[in-house]
Amino acid sequence: MSINTKIVDDLVANDVAFVTTVPCKQLAGVIDEIEQRDEIYHIPANKEDEGMGLCAGAFMGGKRPAIIMQNTAIGVTVNTLVTLTQFYRMPLPMLISFRGELKEPVACQVEMAVHTKALLNQLHIPTYHFHKQSDADELDAILKYTFMCNKPVAILTDATFWGGY
Amino acid sequence: MIRSEILRDIAPVISDHLVVCNIGLPSQELHMIDDQPSNFYMLGTMGLSSSIGLGLALAQGKKVISIDGDGSVLTNFGTLPTIANNVADNYILLIIDNGSYGSTGDQPTYAGRKTSLAAVATACGCENVVECRAEDTRAALETALAGDRMTIIVAKCESGNIKVPVITMDPVVIRDRFMKTVQA
Ligand SMILES: [Mg+2]
Repeated sequence: MSINTKIVDDLVANDVAFVTTVPCKQLAGVIDEIEQRDEIYHIPANKEDEGMGLCAGAFMGGKRPAIIMQNTAIGVTVNTLVTLTQFYRMPLPMLISFRGELKEPVACQVEMAVHTKALLNQLHIPTYHFHKQSDADELDAILKYTFMCNKPVAILTDATFWGGY
Repeated sequence: MIRSEILRDIAPVISDHLVVCNIGLPSQELHMIDDQPSNFYMLGTMGLSSSIGLGLALAQGKKVISIDGDGSVLTNFGTLPTIANNVADNYILLIIDNGSYGSTGDQPTYAGRKTSLAAVATACGCENVVECRAEDTRAALETALAGDRMTIIVAKCESGNIKVPVITMDPVVIRDRFMKTVQA
C-alpha cells in the first residue's frame, strides 16, 4: 500500500470527512488520493487561514475536518490558530509538509523551517514529526488524540519521509 | 441607514436560522439587538465569517447566513472563488458594505471607492449576486431564504457606529450552544 493510501485510509477510518488543502509538491499524492475518496469532501483553499475557517465551520456542522498545507502556512495562520481554532476549542489535524529539512533544494525554504517547531511550540500545539515511513504508523493514534482533546495538532512530514524530492 | 439599523431590521428574519457573524461591532450589535444560540459570534480572526459559514453550510443541511463586512471580505478575498466553486444552496453571504472599516474608526475601504464587491463576486464565478440598498436588505434576505439557491447579497449602507458593549460570553459557550442548535 502506498503511503498516500495509508494516510487517507487513516483519515477515513477516523471519520474525517472534510479536508481543505493548499498544495505542496510533496503532498500531491495525498491530495490526489483525497480527491478520489467519496467519504471526503475536498475543498481546495486559496490561503491556509481561509482553510482553517472552512474547517471550523465544517466541525460545527458535524463533520470532522483536516487541513493539508506547507509549513510556510504556520507563518500565515498564527492569528487564526490562536483566535479561532484554540480560542473556541476546535480539533484540527494539520498534515504539513516540512519543507526546508534535509534534502531540501530550495534555500529559502530553510528560513521558515528553522522557525516551524519553535512557533508550534510557542503556540502550545502538539507536534509530531514523521521522518521515516514507519512513523506514519502513529497517524491513527494522532487523529484519535486530536479529536479527543479538541486542539489543533501538527504532523510535520519531511523530505526523507516522502522519499526525497 | 447604518449597519446597526440593517441588523435591527433583519433580526426577525434571521433569528430562526444559523448565523455566523463578523468580528467586532457587527457581532456586538447583533448580540445586543437579538442574542440567539443560533448566532455564532466571531470574537477574533478578521475575514473568516464567510469561510466559517461556507464550511458549515457544506457540512449540514440547515440554512446558514454569514454576515460579513466589506473590509473583512477584502482581507479574505480568496473566499469568493472558493464560494463560487463549492456551491452550497443552503448558504447566504450577506456583505454589509458601508465602505469603511467600521470597528476600527471608519477608515475608508477600497469597496467604498472604486472596487465593486458585487462585480468581484460575479467575476469570481458566483452565480446569484444581488446588490441592494440598505433599505432593501430585509427583502433581499427574505427572497434568498425563500429560494434554494446560494446567494451573495451586497447591501450598500452608510458608515457609522453606535455604542455597544463587548461580548463577554466565553467562546466555548458560544460554540457549544451554537453546535447544539445545529444538531437540534
Ligand atoms: Mg465595513
